[in-house]
Amino acid sequence: MTNLDSDYSEIQELSFEKALQELEMIVGRLERGDVELEDSIAIYERGEVLRKHCDSLLKQAEAKVEKLTIGKNGKPQGTEPLEL
Amino acid sequence: MKLTPNQSAKSNLTEFSVSELAVAIKNTLETGFSHVSLRGEVSGYRGPHASGHCYFAIKDNRAKIDAVIWRGVFGKLKIKPEEGMQVTAKGRVTTYPNSSKYQIIIETIEPAGLGALMALLEQRKKKLAGEGLFDESRKQLLPFLPRVVGIITSLTGAVLRDMMHGFNERCPTHVILWPVHVQGENSAAEVASAICGFNQMDGSKGLARPNVIIVARGGGSLEDLWSFNEECVVRAVAESKIPLISAVGHETDWTLIDLVADARAPTPTKAAEWAVPKFSDIAAQTENFAIRLKSTARRYITTAKINLRAAIRGLMRPQDLIALPQQRFDSVEQRLTKSVINAVQAHNIGFMKVINKLNTSTILARIQNMQTRLFLLQHRNKDVYLRIININRNALVTIATRISAEFICSRITQSNEYLVAVTTNLHRSFRQHITNKRTAIEQNNKLLVSLGYQSVLARGFAVVRSYGGQTIKTRHDITNDMFLQIEFYDGKIGARALHDTKSCEHTIRTSKLKKVQHDNKCNNDKINDEKESGQGSLF
Repeated sequence: MTNLDSDYSEIQELSFEKALQELEMIVGRLERGDVELEDSIAIYERGEVLRKHCDSLLKQAEAKVEKLTIGKNGKPQGTEPLEL
Repeated sequence: MKLTPNQSAKSNLTEFSVSELAVAIKNTLETGFSHVSLRGEVSGYRGPHASGHCYFAIKDNRAKIDAVIWRGVFGKLKIKPEEGMQVTAKGRVTTYPNSSKYQIIIETIEPAGLGALMALLEQRKKKLAGEGLFDESRKQLLPFLPRVVGIITSLTGAVLRDMMHGFNERCPTHVILWPVHVQGENSAAEVASAICGFNQMDGSKGLARPNVIIVARGGGSLEDLWSFNEECVVRAVAESKIPLISAVGHETDWTLIDLVADARAPTPTKAAEWAVPKFSDIAAQTENFAIRLKSTARRYITTAKINLRAAIRGLMRPQDLIALPQQRFDSVEQRLTKSVINAVQAHNIGFMKVINKLNTSTILARIQNMQTRLFLLQHRNKDVYLRIININRNALVTIATRISAEFICSRITQSNEYLVAVTTNLHRSFRQHITNKRTAIEQNNKLLVSLGYQSVLARGFAVVRSYGGQTIKTRHDITNDMFLQIEFYDGKIGARALHDTKSCEHTIRTSKLKKVQHDNKCNNDKINDEKESGQGSLF
């Protein structure tokens, strides 16, 4: 299972779009039934991890507006909340 | 030449020094043209001088006037002059007394009308397009769901608010604003450095690097939007590694940044909508996938179970499993027994055939055959020997012929001659030797004869011996009736001793005489014979 775990850690780096694409592909393969039973379990597990990753990305999406404070050298120094 | 109407040509003519005239002209010019608006084409423009001032000329098809823009003025210009640009310059005319020249000091300068500005824009567009900055192949894809969106726009104005509305409608998003001036003096530089600044962010200092940048500005005139036509802005966008959406002006306005951006939104609100997906949509999609994932997985197991059950049902009973192999085994076993018997029979027949063939005649035939072969072999051996002998003989003949008969003959002749010579010598020397020896013998013989007792005998003496041959020297050696042997010079006679000398004296004497005579005769003959025969035998 360590092998699968390392696969999962790689999933954490995936963008939402990539993760969703792979999830879609997995669902498609399972629905077509062109996977061996054993593989299907591994694939399902991976699908679950992908789904959780997508969920967490969506949950991370929060409305937040910040304004950069620009220093005298024209470089950003930090941010401050911006109320509109 | 008339300077003033009231002065006569002769006497009233005012006389100027050069400086006075120069100053007078300067005053006249600067007073008369202290604020003019000049229209013409920029000529000989090479950008600001090292001092920051800018020198060029403005010309039309017949005349040319030198122009200068001081550093302070040049920095504030919204649109900088460019070579060949049709401009309207406002300023004052001044002279340069040292060299009898005049020039216009420009305070403001702008393209002469919209057409000139558009021409400039076209020219710049062509140049940058030539560098490939607007190529479709350079365009980057926008991220599907950016975690951070960087916005470059003015802090004031409705643009930012419109965009936030767009974000909130679709997807709650983390937005970082980089405030800039969107028009005026430093606007272009600020926008360019903001684009570079976002690209330099790497997540440190708590500054999240945006996944997408939006450069936005509300609508305005061509001059208002001119910052977004500046080359530095276009190049900054081209170099940006972060995908960039431009939303400058309204849909009908276009600026160079729109051409170089990865996407051009018609309005700032649209830019926000393009930057993020609709949250509800993707959430639903994710949820949909999750449900399908679960159900298919369950279906997988169910199907597998059904298949397994079907497979189990399809499995044969153990006895069925072995029945077929059992049957095959039985059949094979039967065939095996049969085939063994057949094989033994077949061998038996073969054996009998062989036995039948095996009788004395065949053996004899074989022996005969072998004998024949042996004979042939022997014959062959004999042939071989004969051949070898022949070869050797030939060799011998070859060698023999090389032995010369003549040579041998000459050798024999030589040897013969030598032998003859030697033999001749031998004969000669031998004869000599014999002659010598014979002479010696004859001499010795003569001596011997002269010295021998025979010569004494010849003189009438006799030798008396015993019958055994012992010489008797005294009468004492003679016994009575002893048989004696008496030798005379001509022979020997037997005798008998008598003690009485007288009685017998007569008898003895007669007989003795007779005897001597006879013997002498015989001895002489004998010696002669011997001499003749001895010589003959030698030769």
